[in-house]
Amino acid sequence: MAIFGDAFATAFSLLFGGDRQLFGIVALSLQVSLAATLIAAAIGLPIGAALALARFPGRQTIVVILNALMGLPPVVVGLVVYLLLSRAGPLGSLGLLFTPGAMVVAQTVLIAPILAALARQTLEDAWAEHCDQLRSLGASLMQSAATLLWDTRYALVTVVLAGFGRAAAEVGAVIIVGGNIAGVTRTMTTAIALETSKGDLGLALALGIVLLSVVLAVNAAASWLKSMSVRRYG
Amino acid sequence: MASILPLQLSHVRLAIGTTIVAEDFTLALAAGDPTIVVGANGSGKSTLLRLCHGLAIPTGGTIAWARDPKGQQAMVFQRPSMLRRSALANVAYGLKLRGMPREMRTAIARDRLCRVGLEAIADRPARVLSGGEQARVALARAWALDPQILFLDEPTASLDPAATRALEDILRAMADEGTKIVMTTHNLGQARRLGADIVFLHRGRVLEHAPVERFFRSPGTPEAAAYLAGELPW
Ligand SMILES: Nc1ncnc2c1ncn2[C@@H]1O[C@H](COP(=O)(O)OP(=O)(O)O)[C@@H](O)[C@H]1O
Ligand SMILES: [Mg+2]
Repeated sequence: MAIFGDAFATAFSLLFGGDRQLFGIVALSLQVSLAATLIAAAIGLPIGAALALARFPGRQTIVVILNALMGLPPVVVGLVVYLLLSRAGPLGSLGLLFTPGAMVVAQTVLIAPILAALARQTLEDAWAEHCDQLRSLGASLMQSAATLLWDTRYALVTVVLAGFGRAAAEVGAVIIVGGNIAGVTRTMTTAIALETSKGDLGLALALGIVLLSVVLAVNAAASWLKSMSVRRYG
Repeated sequence: MASILPLQLSHVRLAIGTTIVAEDFTLALAAGDPTIVVGANGSGKSTLLRLCHGLAIPTGGTIAWARDPKGQQAMVFQRPSMLRRSALANVAYGLKLRGMPREMRTAIARDRLCRVGLEAIADRPARVLSGGEQARVALARAWALDPQILFLDEPTASLDPAATRALEDILRAMADEGTKIVMTTHNLGQARRLGADIVFLHRGRVLEHAPVERFFRSPGTPEAAAYLAGELPW
């Protein structure tokens, strides 16, 4: 119990003492996960929309695969991205391995399927509701997709926030492709893993508190958005 | 503008999987006063409107218009779907799809909302309106397109008597301005008040198409006589 108390004390002094190292780690984490979330949304939402509205052979298979990809283990993603980006790999010439760029790639691969699958579900429900009406008004498939993306914007922001939370909290992928290099690719999660194994529980716990706060804030934002949209738009 | 009417259905058939939804719809709809479609639940009223409107593609027979009806027809669904935007924006949406400039479509939408008596709630989110209000928004939305023919699927099913009368007045005004009204209803009083001719459906077939007076005075088939006898008196 004493260890816990000491760790908490250190954590708070780091948090409120404006520790530079801590600040750098938190900032890098947020930057990487934010970039990955934006790229994954740009890829995943259109794919989700296409799967929700278009009917083509093989669609059902893709949906099943996509749903399975939601549960991708981060270490496996890390390994595959590592192989792709390693010097001998097909994308080795980019020189991304052990840079924040590699971590963005890994997290993007990890959460793009999640965003696509959740967006597909949301948009498919909306399409079922509005399909006849939109076709009756003469909307093309592209116009319908754009209309429904806008109509479900609050639900989709919630989806995107869920993706961000998942990216910010994972450790397996970034530690493999980033290498956990101090000051370069050290994120909150990789630092927690490292500091815990070194026995420096104060820093680990401080980072854990920040990470938890971020995840909590994201979830609070998501549920606030949802209730706000229901209240305003029904 | 050249009329898209008459509309001629010849032995139109619709099978969904192994279910035969429409057996034989043979019917001519001419320009002029409202046509009312009646028949028991499941007789195919909604299906007939969907086929005419182009939302269902026949698996047999032909549907022929005098001219290409693209953009010249509109439909009010039994359960209208509303987008998460204001009532006004919902009414203007169909015009936006057609590329009409914002000021013009807003002016038209506002006019139609006025004419259905909803000017006061034009800026309220459409989805939080009552059922009766949504039914009128749906009518205004269809009306905004200035269709040559307007299909309505039991538009008064969820309305109280006063709202029902109000909607009938609007439909009569539209008919006077030259819009062909084709409407399904279970309300035989309404059929009498509004209709010039009655289409009677029974088990996926058009059994009768007769002027209102004659249909009610001396139905030409035992099925129609039984249907009239079974409905509540008006
Ligand atoms: N998509 C569908 N799949 C299978 N059966 C359907 C479908 N749509 C309608 N039906 C059936 O076709 C018949 C006619 O339906 P409908 O046109 O909705 O009747 P009504 O509007 O007169 O009540 C009903 O028996 C209904 O169950
Ligand atoms: Mg029906």
